[in-house]
Amino acid sequence: MKRIFFIICALMLVLTLSSPLFAKETVRIGLIVPLTGDVKTFGESYKNAFSLALEEYAKKGKYTIDPVIADDKNDPTEGTNAALKLMTQDKVTAVIGPMTSKVTIPVSELATKQKVPLVTGTATNPKVTISDGKRKPYVFRACFIDPFQGTVAAGFALKNLKAGTAAILYDVGNDYSKGLADYFQATFKKGKGTVVAYESYQKDDVDFSALITKIQVKKPDVIYIPDYYNKVALIAKQIREKGLRSTMLGGDGWDSPDLIKNAGDAIMGSYFTNHYSPDRKDPVAEAFIKRYKQKYNAVPDTFAALGYDATMILLKALDSAKRPAQDDIVRQLAALKNFKGVTGNIGFDKNGDAVKSVVILKVEKEGFKYVTTINP
Amino acid sequence: MELLSYILQQLINGLQLGAVYALIALGYTMVYGVLRLINFAHGDIFMLGAFIAYYLITRLNIPIYLVFPITMLLTALAGYLMEKIAYKPLRNAPRISLLITAVGVSLFLEYFLGLNALFTSNYIGFPRPFRIETYDCSLFTITNVQVLIFLVTAASLILLYLLIYMTKQGKAMRAVSFDQEVASLMGINIDATISLTFIIGAALAGAGGILYGIAYPQINVFMGIMPGIKSFIAAVLGGIGIIHGAVLGGIIIGISEVFVSAFLSSTFRDGVIFFILLLVLLLKPSGIFGKRIDKV
Repeated sequence: MKRIFFIICALMLVLTLSSPLFAKETVRIGLIVPLTGDVKTFGESYKNAFSLALEEYAKKGKYTIDPVIADDKNDPTEGTNAALKLMTQDKVTAVIGPMTSKVTIPVSELATKQKVPLVTGTATNPKVTISDGKRKPYVFRACFIDPFQGTVAAGFALKNLKAGTAAILYDVGNDYSKGLADYFQATFKKGKGTVVAYESYQKDDVDFSALITKIQVKKPDVIYIPDYYNKVALIAKQIREKGLRSTMLGGDGWDSPDLIKNAGDAIMGSYFTNHYSPDRKDPVAEAFIKRYKQKYNAVPDTFAALGYDATMILLKALDSAKRPAQDDIVRQLAALKNFKGVTGNIGFDKNGDAVKSVVILKVEKEGFKYVTTINP
Repeated sequence: MELLSYILQQLINGLQLGAVYALIALGYTMVYGVLRLINFAHGDIFMLGAFIAYYLITRLNIPIYLVFPITMLLTALAGYLMEKIAYKPLRNAPRISLLITAVGVSLFLEYFLGLNALFTSNYIGFPRPFRIETYDCSLFTITNVQVLIFLVTAASLILLYLLIYMTKQGKAMRAVSFDQEVASLMGINIDATISLTFIIGAALAGAGGILYGIAYPQINVFMGIMPGIKSFIAAVLGGIGIIHGAVLGGIIIGISEVFVSAFLSSTFRDGVIFFILLLVLLLKPSGIFGKRIDKV
């Protein structure tokens, strides 16, 4: 009996010792996304794309990736806790995500302090990569920033929709929403438009009747609602039920199948600015869309595309770095030029922000229809 | 004329919100009346009501006129169980223990029901059980949802009055609220009376949850927190423990919220509401209809 036990122990020892000899070196990568809460479809798409990217990397990459996935519930506190756990306990080499600006801003501070490279695909607020005019050297993003997105939306309202008056409704506690509202307002005013209402609400508000009645009196041509799809669905429904017929406009936070599901007819005919359209004609994008469809049986939305790009960028930097060490990876990221991504050519400017074009989509019964592309 | 119609329209908006607050505030005030307990979990019963209605409508296709009684029955059961499990064992404990327990029950309901296997912590679109119709009354417009909310609140208030002032159980409730010990000496079953109070309060909160879901069609497990706090303020404002006080308080809070958003800015809204609470507590802690200050 004793002998059998001894043999088993010895066997196990040999197995554990020998396995690293055959396998590649393991690198741990963290993913922080909202898998529950008010923007869960963002996180689901992003995570799908992340897994798809890892699967492809496994075929030819230098390392074995050990992913650690955490849910931030789109809550800054939850996100910071998750990031702290990933960086200090799980000791991840790098982090992908978070997705929304309000979670990414505190997490990016943490990444800078812990010296962990962070690549977000989707957080668009300028403060994600810069705080008090200082660059956060470990933080990069694969998307454009809100000053550009808000400006494009205002320009589109003025030129293409021939709007003279606009109302803006935004979430005062959300950096993303507030940033977009500010940039939209500034550009709209500069272009000789009048902002007839600039109204804010709070995250947990569900009753918008007072604000809508207030806006209704002013009869604006367009209403700009830069928020996430759930809140937008709720507001759009109340806007239409009150009989207000202005065209609604929004940002990339609108991109979710749940927008049409929850808002229904109320949201039809609205426009929003986005990072990519699944109608994009490009070999990289087409290949990605095909693989994504095969695996998940759904058309990838903008968050899947950006999640894929962010992961691929990080993996590329990891492979080109001499060692899988944080500082080496950051150096490779900063030097990245002309990366062929699903959402276009990606290269980082001196702030770690990607310079990319904005796509405008229209909400229709069948889904989101491509309208036009605006270059920076 | 335009200003008048604007004010009237905002008044209707405020009444709609206020009527729902009133329904929740009734439960707060009744429980406080008999137990001297601020039942913080009351807002979560309201949430539970919205979720039960959601599942009844989407999964079982139950028509709306049956959704109300079934939901109210189930939330009443939840209220009954809550009292039996969490509050009854503490009947003779200091009041602060009861209060802390109430906070615990509230957090338990939010996070337990928020588990992925149950309601999840996602934001869920509440289905519209009927078409929204808007009626134009020249000066203002009113929707059938608003009419429904006014009717349900008015009917609840009348039924509650009949129950409390016309029935034996109501008399027992008033007696228990006046003095528990003396009431028990008179042969009143204290436990049964307290249970009944919780049952009625929870049923009203359930109805409030359905109406809220229909009016503002999005629900999640934390939806009860803010309306719960606002209704609590409404109950304090009207005079906690007083039925018509809670309704008036709810309507005042609803209208003030809407008017602050309409004429100032919605950023000030919650600040103004909490300022009202501070003023009431400073100047007339017993509330609008309150007569004496409880010194126990």
